[in-house]
Amino acid sequence: MRGNNILGLIYSNAYDSALHELTNLRTMGSVPFCGRYRLIDFALSNMVNSGIQKVGVITKSNYRSLMDHLGTGKPWDLSRKREGLFILPPFSSASSGGVYRCRIEAIQGSLGFLARSNEEYVVMCDCNVVCNLDFEKLYAAHDKTGADITIAYKRGTVPNLDDVMAFTMDESGRITEAALNRNTQKDTDYSLNIFVMRKSLLERLIAEASSLHMNDFERDIVQRNIGNLKIFGYETTGYAGTLDCLQSYYDISMELLDGRNRGALFAPERPVYTKTRDDMPVIYGLGSQARNSLVADGCVIDGEAENCILFRGVRVGKGAKVKNSIIMQDTFIGDGAELNCVITDKGAVIKPRKTLMGAPNFPVFVGKGIVI
Amino acid sequence: MPQKKECIAMLLAGGQGSRLGVLTKNIAKPAVPYGGKYRIIDFPLSNCVNSGIYTVGVLTQYQPLELNDYIGNGQPWDLDRMSGGVHILSPYQQINATEWYKGTANAIYQNINFIDRYDPEYVLILSGDHIYKMDYSKMLAYHKEKQADCTIATLEVPWEEASRFGLMILNEYGSIAEFEEKPENPRSNKASMGVYTFTWNKLRQYLLEDERDRNSSNDFGKDLIPRMHMRKERLFGYPFDGYWKDVGTIDSLWEANLDLLNPKVNLNLNDESWRVFSHGPEAPPHYISADAKVQNSLVSEGCLVEGTVDFSVLFPNVKVEKGAVIRDSIVMPNTVIKTGAVVQYAIVAENAAVEENAVIGERPEDMKNLEEWGVAVVGPGVTVGRGAKVPPMAMIDNDIKGEDR
Repeated sequence: MRGNNILGLIYSNAYDSALHELTNLRTMGSVPFCGRYRLIDFALSNMVNSGIQKVGVITKSNYRSLMDHLGTGKPWDLSRKREGLFILPPFSSASSGGVYRCRIEAIQGSLGFLARSNEEYVVMCDCNVVCNLDFEKLYAAHDKTGADITIAYKRGTVPNLDDVMAFTMDESGRITEAALNRNTQKDTDYSLNIFVMRKSLLERLIAEASSLHMNDFERDIVQRNIGNLKIFGYETTGYAGTLDCLQSYYDISMELLDGRNRGALFAPERPVYTKTRDDMPVIYGLGSQARNSLVADGCVIDGEAENCILFRGVRVGKGAKVKNSIIMQDTFIGDGAELNCVITDKGAVIKPRKTLMGAPNFPVFVGKGIVI
Repeated sequence: MPQKKECIAMLLAGGQGSRLGVLTKNIAKPAVPYGGKYRIIDFPLSNCVNSGIYTVGVLTQYQPLELNDYIGNGQPWDLDRMSGGVHILSPYQQINATEWYKGTANAIYQNINFIDRYDPEYVLILSGDHIYKMDYSKMLAYHKEKQADCTIATLEVPWEEASRFGLMILNEYGSIAEFEEKPENPRSNKASMGVYTFTWNKLRQYLLEDERDRNSSNDFGKDLIPRMHMRKERLFGYPFDGYWKDVGTIDSLWEANLDLLNPKVNLNLNDESWRVFSHGPEAPPHYISADAKVQNSLVSEGCLVEGTVDFSVLFPNVKVEKGAVIRDSIVMPNTVIKTGAVVQYAIVAENAAVEENAVIGERPEDMKNLEEWGVAVVGPGVTVGRGAKVPPMAMIDNDIKGEDR
């Protein structure tokens, strides 16, 4: 037996519409995050760091940037002869319509991949959850409780996404109720949509659901089977941020300026891998000033940056002032420009002496390659 | 047999670099960190791939473990190839005798079989000691155009420094008239960069001959090339114009790092058409805290800066605590500079720790006697205790005990 007998499955498009500003031209998985990463790096690194040797990435639409990022899977050590990385684009046949509409159809399109895999268990996750989670521990808990399905959850405010499950559990941790779309500000145990179960069970559940024309994983598989199957919760106590809109993208990014959160997400013994770009280290010019900021390689800073996340290859011109902003890769900020509470997508250009002001609860978004 | 290649490169990486002292105690000189995220060998390797040369033999001898590990299968430089790619060549047992590499020419001689496997027309001889960006394909074109047997890359150095170099006096058409090794009164300022292009069948013949000569020290510069010159072979100087620096000494290593911060120095590592590739650790972007002051410096990924950094180069995962000051210095990977410590005009090697209020080095303007001033060096893994002082020019190899708490 090679590896740890667990197959990884990642949905690169789940909840795309929640972050439509950033996913208009890409998948959720390829949304840039924290200076040098794409969201899928967290899911992939979690799997690889947990000893998973084979990972399928389910794609749906706009996945060119994702393919470009993933390549052969080398940065995650997943470029292999046996196992490794598999990209699972929509599978079109006479009986199915090609591009899937829901999670059940997505897995259905990948049943062939599942059937050809020898692993006994499957771990599934989405890309909009940023966390550093040891799936081996999740699996160990799953094994110990003898559960049929184990779902990772976190205690906190329920994210504003469709069909997020809020769990009620008994003393043993078995889920007794999974409420959908619970509208409350109270602390709740909500699902991170990280599932572990036997591969054979997943195959059976998907076959059943699709034969009944059911199409909602949460409603038709989890909720419907709470009585029949042993579905357990697994609490994650480490850092886990769920992106549900541009505002939460902004807030969660800014949370990483706090060393405690950063320490939990980037634990040195469980590194987050990504595609390298071979930029040179950051050059801070004379008269530059950076404060409380995360800065990735390849930046050239001649102006001021405060409470910012600067991605790879960002230029901040002389006298420019950038505050409370997330500036994505290769954005050019001209001399004397002023930015406050701004998110710029890749390759934006802010010409000299232009001013852009948002508010912490309403960041201004500048799309990919836009020139201001 | 592997595919025939027109040109392959042989990179001499066996040198100890003894003048770098503690920095090369456990690693070969080409593996010495440079420029925030690179090692010296990244430059010749990147030059090779950027010049379209995808077969590189790396000759190692002194402390090769770290270098071997670093190069791996060559993937970071795109040198993991179906045919060719990067090969580590260490001395090996042969039927008649087993020898270390006695000299640069002997190192190539011992690998004639490796080169013959690719049946190349030309062989490029490089060394792992220099920082420069150079398109070897242009030099090769020049070599072909001149129908040369050997082409030596030359660089015009300032006249006042010329006597430190091996110099060449060139004829009108670029052929080499005379060599001068570190002359007192230089007649030329064209220095050899240690980059040679040879026509392989010629080089092969001279390597065999050089090996038979018992009096030879088996060195390219001292023996083989002078012999070719004596026999009136076609030797040419190829003019190179750009940044080039031998980082063989502490001072030159320190200077070469800080050259990256000098806008007047022609060494741009952000050039997308000529990337310098390297193999770095996986670390998040660096963090500059609200109290930190960073100016005119190079900072790499994974660093945590809470103190003051001015005119310095920080390698990945360096930690600079609150109130610590780093000026005019190089701090290599994973090193910690604690609260109140001052590092000035110094090189602190990897995995070292400078404890609270320790002082490393001295500013030249604070010296009474400038003769005693020089860059201070703290070796890899060394801990400099609380309040301890490392004088300028010192080279520290063992932990220094600090004051008791």
